[in-house]
Order: sequence, then structure tokens, then C-alpha cells
Amino acid sequence: MSQLATENTSNGRTILVCCGTGCQASGSLEVLASLRGLLAGEAGTAVRASTKSTGCNGLCEKGPLVKILPDDITYCQVAAEDVPDIVDGLRDGTPVQRLLYRDPVTRQRYRSHRETSFYKKQHKIALRNIGEIDPGDIRDYLDRGGYRALRTALSMTPAQVIGEVLASGLRGRGGGGFPTGRKWQSCAAADNAPRYVICNGDEGDPGAFMDRSIMEGDPHTVLEGMIICAHAVGASSGFIYVRDEYDLAVVNLHQAIRDARAAGFLGDRILGSDLSFDIEIVRGGGAFVCGEETALIASIEGHPGEPRDKYVFPAVKGLWGRPTVINNVETWANVPVIIDGGAAGFAEIGTAGSKGTKVFSLVGKVVSTGLVEVPMGATLREIVFDIGGGVPRGRSFKAVQTGGPSGGCIPGSLLDLAVDFDSLAAAGSMMGSGGLIVMDDRTCMVEVARYYVNFLAGESCGKCTPCREGISLLLETLTGITGGRGSIADLDLLESLSATVRAASLCALGRTAPNPVLSTLKYFRDEYLAHICDHRCPAGVCRELTEFYIDAGLCTGCGLCRRKCPAEAVSGEKKQPHAIDAARCIRCGECINNCRFQAVRIR
Amino acid sequence: MAIEPQQAAAQRPMEQIVRRYPPEQRYLLAIMQDLQKEFNYLPREALGLTAAHVRVPLGKVYSMATFYKAFSLTPRGRVSLRACDGTACHIKRSQVIIDELRKCLGIQPGETTADGEFSLETVNCLGACAIAPVLVANHKVHAKVTAAAVREIIKSYGGRVDEPVGN
Repeated sequence: MSQLATENTSNGRTILVCCGTGCQASGSLEVLASLRGLLAGEAGTAVRASTKSTGCNGLCEKGPLVKILPDDITYCQVAAEDVPDIVDGLRDGTPVQRLLYRDPVTRQRYRSHRETSFYKKQHKIALRNIGEIDPGDIRDYLDRGGYRALRTALSMTPAQVIGEVLASGLRGRGGGGFPTGRKWQSCAAADNAPRYVICNGDEGDPGAFMDRSIMEGDPHTVLEGMIICAHAVGASSGFIYVRDEYDLAVVNLHQAIRDARAAGFLGDRILGSDLSFDIEIVRGGGAFVCGEETALIASIEGHPGEPRDKYVFPAVKGLWGRPTVINNVETWANVPVIIDGGAAGFAEIGTAGSKGTKVFSLVGKVVSTGLVEVPMGATLREIVFDIGGGVPRGRSFKAVQTGGPSGGCIPGSLLDLAVDFDSLAAAGSMMGSGGLIVMDDRTCMVEVARYYVNFLAGESCGKCTPCREGISLLLETLTGITGGRGSIADLDLLESLSATVRAASLCALGRTAPNPVLSTLKYFRDEYLAHICDHRCPAGVCRELTEFYIDAGLCTGCGLCRRKCPAEAVSGEKKQPHAIDAARCIRCGECINNCRFQAVRIR
Repeated sequence: MAIEPQQAAAQRPMEQIVRRYPPEQRYLLAIMQDLQKEFNYLPREALGLTAAHVRVPLGKVYSMATFYKAFSLTPRGRVSLRACDGTACHIKRSQVIIDELRKCLGIQPGETTADGEFSLETVNCLGACAIAPVLVANHKVHAKVTAAAVREIIKSYGGRVDEPVGN
């Protein structure tokens, strides 16, 4: 089988077109079609290249991305019109300069993405194959050592496999950070059968998309991790619970399962061993709380996804009351690497309490947005500034939000924090699934807290009162403050409500819901006070408390804000200072975001 | 609730969808998702057929239909507009996009225009954070959307938009 794959690529070049969700939105399918069309003709015989569609490369912002091997050329923001030039470049061996990656800070162009500051500092384990393989072709996965770990695991006893995972120090990447090996151990020890293995692909944290990227771009690694676990704990069936919104992930996982069955990695007596195991896909119904493991289990059983109290862990009593291992997508992607390369190598990476790497989705007000995988213990500064290139448009960094809606905001003073499970918790936030949302001076921290609490109020399943009523009241209070109706007493109310919700809620959704409020109150209290006492939103976000004006001394009359304004609220003659009509202004901020002279101000 | 003629005609495909799955409660979610995809909402008839098939009370199916966001009990529009309000989109001002959609279409998120053409929803994250803010029209993802782009997108699906934007 691997021979076939070699045949496919050995006699020429391979052109990899990124077809992750981000690149598809920017038109990568058109690029691929255009490439295939051109290569089918006379040009094809001259350059002898085959094409592949790959999963997400992480640098979605610069998409569509096209990589050429073995030349190791990476092109960014490729349009279908660029395809003839790319093919011509292959003919005479000179890369198309204008399409090469340009460093946003130094403006230098790079031939290969590997040389760029965005990729150079990354350490890829979970994302090792993504962007390098066609996720729809099992041969690509096999060529990169895929399913080798499964063979190794099958030659070990279940206890040895669990021992290896324990020794690696792998902790759950979905947010909880629970040691994976211990989960497996309790499941294997539970005297009850059948046992189940579940992959939690209900990636609900807004702002995080590493699981989508792995399921889309390297589905077999998830399957392999689950099959290894099935051997270790003695499970007979597995489920992948994936968000229905992730169309492409669902398609690619189905394909991968079919191919794995055909190749003998799933089904009866896998690779001639005693292990019989199969996996089916369950599509989620769009409820955030289903990311909580007991709610997810309820959902697979065909119930509304309401959590239960975990007096007994799912590892002992999970799906249909049976022992169940449930791990997150990224956790599964690490398992084959641990078994294949050994626990010791894995445990060398990272910090004392958190081993290996973590994938972050670096988004928000940062120059290079996308997925980054770094060793545990990398500092926020390295991630945001060295890899991400800092805050765009010369604005100033304010905070970075980690851990999803129930995480917290970390201020600039803690930029040198070495990121791992424990350090983030100590700073009042959490690792969560790895969303890293950068905020600049145009982000209002009160509004951010309101946003998260609004999200959680909508997603609270309503089963327990502290979460259902407490979060609603937090939301009402925060909405009052952002609407200019806040009072000083509200701050005490927020704190005491938060304490109650945290102490009395049934599941992690409620228990962590006050985090965004408490962390912003802790680090950005002055913004709350500005809203309440001065009736102004310093970031110019809260509409009721914002008025934009143009500083005539700074305005050059370039007219950019006038053209960008969707409400026709800006007027002025060319090269004369412009003015904003406050009555027409819808406070969308297009003017201030686009002004290159800092002439648009917030009153 | 009276059965309308088109509902009776639709019953056959409904039954086919329901019967694709074994009569077990664990397939409830999958059956309902397929029905939602086929009809763009969950018709009353379909809920009854589903309940009978997996042998659970109708109330159970209703509780699923109202719990999960993917389901709608009223018909959705021909063009489904889903504006992402995930964190990355939010801090890149997706609220401006949502406000613009509300103004142009004259409906709130969760509603459908009277002519059945457009329905508007906000979603919590589409995982396309690097190209925020994002708007999905039917299954097409539009990247880095602005208020002006919203009007163009609506027009491209045959909607009418009055210029310019006002309060």
C-alpha cells in the first residue's frame, strides 16, 4: 500500500494546496481546480507535478496556501489567476517572488514557510502531519509512519501501554488537564464490560479551532490513538462526537474510518491480534455544554445533553453505565507519538507538571493569526510577539484571553508567564482547550466579560439553579454597566454572585463561568470604573458610552474614514480636516480602525 | 394542528429518513439532524414519526428539539445566513455585522423574513477564527466581512437592500 503512495510522488513534484476551512473560504478550491486543469494539459507533461489537497496549515490568515515539494516553496494568498505563474515558475525553477511569505514585521520574503518566524519556533507533535498529507488518503498517513504505533502497542500488554502513557505525563488537552494514563488505568481496572472509548470533538470554545484542524487534516491519528486505547483498556467500540457545524471534519473522519476498516486497522481481530474494535461518528447538536464529558455521554445516549455530578467518573461508570475513556481530539493525536517514540522522549518536552506541547489558536488582534503548537512552558510573549508578530496597526497590547468562555484575561504585566496547566490556573485563568485571544486597546474588557457571560448564560443547560439564575444575573449586571446604567454597588454584587455560582454549580460550566468576570475585575477594574463613574468606554466599544471625533490637528484629510464609513457620517473636503456627524454615526469603529494618523479619537 | 397538504406529501420522505436508523433511542439525535437537513426545520409530523419509531414519548423528542441549537421548529429561509459571534469574530466587531444584517433584513437572529427568503442566526464559533469576522451564507464561508460586504452578500442572493446604512 505504501508503494502506491511513493509511485504517486516520486517521479515529480507534489503541489500541496491547503483546503482547510480557512483556506477554502479564501478560495483554495478554485486554486486547486485551476492547477489541476492546467497540469492536465501540455504544462503538466513539462513540470510533472501531482496535486494534493491538505488540511489546515495553521496560517489561515495568509490563505490560500500552496506548498511545492521537494522544492520547499510556500506561496501565500494564492488566487486562481496566479496559477499560470506558479506553473511557469516550476518550469524555469524560479519561485514567484510576489507570492512568497512576507514577514509582517521585517517585510522580508521567505521561500519556505519553515524559515518564517511564525513556524520556526513551533514544535509540532499533535499537528505533525497536518498540511503535509492528504487527509483523504490513508497512504499519505502510512508514509509518515502512521499506524506504526498501533503495531507496537499490539505487541505490548495492555498494562505496558498504560504504563507508557502514564510515564509520558500526558494530560488531557480538552481543558481539564487530567492525567490521561490515570483515566485509562481506572477504566481498565473497572470490573464491568463492555468498555467504551470516546473522542470528544465537540469543540465549543469560541475562538478555538485546533480540534477541527486535526479532525479535518489528520483524521487517522485520532483513530490510531483511540484504537491503541481500546487495546489498553479492553474496549470494543468507540465513538467520535463531533460538532455538526464542522462539515469537512465529519466528511474526512467518515472517509478515514472506511479506509481504516478496509486496511484492517478497525473491525474484527485488528492486524491479526485479539483486539476487535470499531468506531462510529455521532454528530453533535450544537450545545456547548456537550463538551462536558457527562453531558456528551448523555447526548450519545440520545438524551438532551445535561451533565450529572461526577461522584463516579466516566472511567468507571460512563456511557450506558459502563467504564468509558473520554479524551479530547488533541489528546488522542499525541498518543501514537508517545507509543511510537517512547514516553521518555515525550516527557523531555515541557515543564515539570505539564509535558509535551500544546496547540493554541492564536487569534484576535494579532498580526499572524492561526494555529501554533509550542512546548509547554513557552511564554505568552514568545507566542504573541515572536510567533504572532504582535499587535497589528501599531496599536498597543492590552490582554490575552485564554481558556475559552470560562477562562480569564491575562494582562500585559504577566506576558512573561510560562504557559502550562498550572501557571494559567494560578493567574486566574486556565488552559482550557487552548484558545488564545489577543486584545488591544480597542477591546473593552467589560464588554468582553459581558460577551462571555452572555455566551454562558445561553449555553447553561438550566438543570441547576446557581448556574441558570446566577449567570443570568451576572449578565444583567454587566449589560447594565456596558449600557451606562451601572453603579459602584454592582461591583460588589458581581463579586458575591461570582462566589456563589463558583461554589454551588453542578458542573464545570457553572463553576468556571465567573472566571471572565473575576479576572477582568482583578486586572482591569479601572475600565469598570470608567464605565460607571465617568460614563465612558475607554476602548470606544460600548455604543451608549462612546462618541468618536476627529482631531483636526492630526487629520490629513486623506478621506479613508469617509470612504470606509458605512453610515456616511464622515464629511470633509480633500486634504482638509474631516468631521464626524455624531447623529449619523453608528459607532462601528471603521474610521478609528482604518485611520493611519491616529486622528480619530474617543471622547 | 391541522395537517396541510404539503405535509401529507412530505410524509413519505420523512418516513424514509426516520427508518434509515434502527429503532433505538441513541439514534434520536441523528434522525432529527437528518430531518432538519432535509426540511430546514422539524415539522410536527416528523417529530411524531420519530417518537413512534424509537418508541419514546413525543415529549422526549420535543425536549431534544428545544435543547439542541441545531434544531428549529419553524421553517428556516431559503438562504440561511449564519453570522459567527465567536470570540475572535466578536472582538473584530461581529456585532456590527449582526446589526447590519438585522437592519437590512428587518429580522432578529433566530427569525426568518416574511417572504421565507432569508433566515438569520448567530453561531458561537465556526472555527474559522483566523479569517474573522465570518458570515456563512448557505454553506459558503465569507471571510473578513464588513458592513458593506453584508449588503453585497444579501444582494447576491436576490435580497433588496436600501442604501446607505442608517441608525
